Amino acid sequence: MEKTGTEERARREGLASGVEGFNGRARRALADPELHDSIALFTRKTLKGRAARLAELPDAPELRERAYHIKQETMANLDRYLGQMADAVEARGGNVFFAETGEDVVRYVGELAREKGAKVITKSKSMATEEIELNRRLEEEYGELGLEVVETDLGEWIAQLAGDAPSHIVAPIMHMNRHQIARVLSGVAGEPLPPDVKALAGFARRRLREKFLAADIGISGANFGVAQTGTVCLVTNEGNGRLVTSVPPVHVVVMGIEKLVPRFEDLEVFVQLLARNGTGQKLTVYTSFITGPRGADELDGPEEFHLILMDNGRSKLLGTEFEEALYCIRCGSCLNVCPVYRQTGGHAYGSTYSGPIGAVITPLLKGDREAKDLPHASSLCGACWETCPVGIPLHDLLLKLRNRQVDEGLAGKAQEIAFKGFEEAVERPALYRAGARLGRVAQRPLVRDGSVRRLPPPLSGWTDFRDLPPLAERSFRELWREGID
Amino acid sequence: MRVALFIPCYVDLVSPEVGVSVVRVLRSQGVEVFYPEGQTCCGQPAFNSGFFEEARGAARHFLDVFGGERFDYVVCPSGSCTTMVSHYYPFLFRELPEELERAEGIGGRVREFSDFLANVLGTEEFGARFEGRAVFHCGCHQRRELGVLEEPQRILRNVEGLELVGWENEELCCGFGGTFSVKMPEVSVAMADEKIRALEKSGADTLVSCDPSCLLHLKGRLDRTGHGTRVLHLAQVLDPRRGRVG
Repeated sequence: MEKTGTEERARREGLASGVEGFNGRARRALADPELHDSIALFTRKTLKGRAARLAELPDAPELRERAYHIKQETMANLDRYLGQMADAVEARGGNVFFAETGEDVVRYVGELAREKGAKVITKSKSMATEEIELNRRLEEEYGELGLEVVETDLGEWIAQLAGDAPSHIVAPIMHMNRHQIARVLSGVAGEPLPPDVKALAGFARRRLREKFLAADIGISGANFGVAQTGTVCLVTNEGNGRLVTSVPPVHVVVMGIEKLVPRFEDLEVFVQLLARNGTGQKLTVYTSFITGPRGADELDGPEEFHLILMDNGRSKLLGTEFEEALYCIRCGSCLNVCPVYRQTGGHAYGSTYSGPIGAVITPLLKGDREAKDLPHASSLCGACWETCPVGIPLHDLLLKLRNRQVDEGLAGKAQEIAFKGFEEAVERPALYRAGARLGRVAQRPLVRDGSVRRLPPPLSGWTDFRDLPPLAERSFRELWREGID
Repeated sequence: MRVALFIPCYVDLVSPEVGVSVVRVLRSQGVEVFYPEGQTCCGQPAFNSGFFEEARGAARHFLDVFGGERFDYVVCPSGSCTTMVSHYYPFLFRELPEELERAEGIGGRVREFSDFLANVLGTEEFGARFEGRAVFHCGCHQRRELGVLEEPQRILRNVEGLELVGWENEELCCGFGGTFSVKMPEVSVAMADEKIRALEKSGADTLVSCDPSCLLHLKGRLDRTGHGTRVLHLAQVLDPRRGRVG
């Protein structure tokens, strides 16, 4: 427990200062065989399910096209649709708050908790609140209220108890196996619990039930917000979402502004795509539609409903070449197929959002300096783009981010000089050939048994782990001149 | 048919034998082969590192060398370098109409080697003989941007004596990724090792690809870890002189 808490702090500090970087975190992940087994188990199952569920759809590629175009239309008219959403929620008796930053969200929720005299807040899993570290900040900045903010998604709860962070968008503790989970929950139970899924879930259910009943405020995220009707759509596999949004007297939704869709019928497209791509299910166990607080003639639901529409850096992407990053529906599919993610897991990315989408949106939301390594943590294989249910060209966005770093002078002098030299050489065939001849002479002391085994940095990155064939005695051009028979 | 060869820089300098085999296979099909000698590199290393301006310099040079209507096609023994020209030159020049037009003009005529054989020449049988059990590794650009996945495998199935076998997670990237292999070496090698484990499980003794860069990466790791797997470009398998020159 203590170890994971320390790791979590290191993770936060690592990202903020850029000290350790992706490589350092990845190295630790690569040295952890349990982590590898956990990732392999989850991704294999999910990808198999995904393929089967998509094969059942007669029009999967068409659905993807429609999803892309709906998001494109939404972003082109985001102001209007946000206004519509707000009006619709208010017309049903809900409150709406536009939060420009994470601080604004924290303040709104904190003040609301103060006003209500709240002690216990239950939360349904939400990446938007992870992004702004809502739990920690509420407890720190509103310490005098003595708030207890409890995650109720099983995975997220375990992560919270372990002082850990989600390592996957839809499977927050995919990096832990049942033995590790049993250790965490045993610490809470004060007695050893068996590493048995049923027993562990049973313990969690009993503990969380107390929190559901005690909660003064429930906080959820939103998978989709429908502008036309003011409906918030939640897609979950655990009943906790419904208990968080209907048992406490106050329900607060924290929704990234990009989660909007214009019309109710658009949900037909997105709800189908989300589960199939994210977990390999046709639909998740629960799909909830929440429109405002409990009505006079309704039996369930909160007395108060608050919708927080969070910007936190999103709107600055509108109309830019990075706008497509906002189309993401957080299905996690790009993580599951990404060969880099599959080797390292999510914590190597050092940010809330991991995998290809994380490598794209973290620098976009936090700034290039804060997440300098992430756009480079990809071999650009394009599997993420191929799998994305909304058709986001993730690998092209990674390239554009690398280019933006170069334009901002973040690539470093050594690279600048190297690629300037590269350009000179490739534009002048005579120089290119002279360079090749020089290389042939220079490599002589480095070649052993027909291979180059050791090169100086940065090329040692290759030769530390792989052999390299030396430059050929005669280039293709020379062979061509001599005549090929 | 007049065909210009586009031999990527590292094939030119490190594995020229691949280019030689390409020439032999094309000539065996009656293709008239030319090698524009001013060619250097398509610019992909700079491009993938985010140095778009430098990559544009390389791209302009490429367009000068291969431009005009002198050749019916430009054939390249690398799915990745082909993609750079056909797919990413238009991306690089998306805001420069004049160059964009030139890039699109050439991009339509640049074909990856197996794509050219199967879809332009319409031939998938070359009378080649090869004793061995092989897996095919499709480079990521070739698979996803070019969509030339089945052609090389059909060609390999027509090689006498060669048994093409499937392998686990064959769609996974080998971990090369250009400068990625040097900047993030541990992850890159972990990816290569996953491929190598799958290779071992498949029982194959030969690895074939249409991407010399993937082969460079995988062979580098195979050699370092003491594997005896043969690593060949498709053109080398098809080379009509292969049996004779060894």
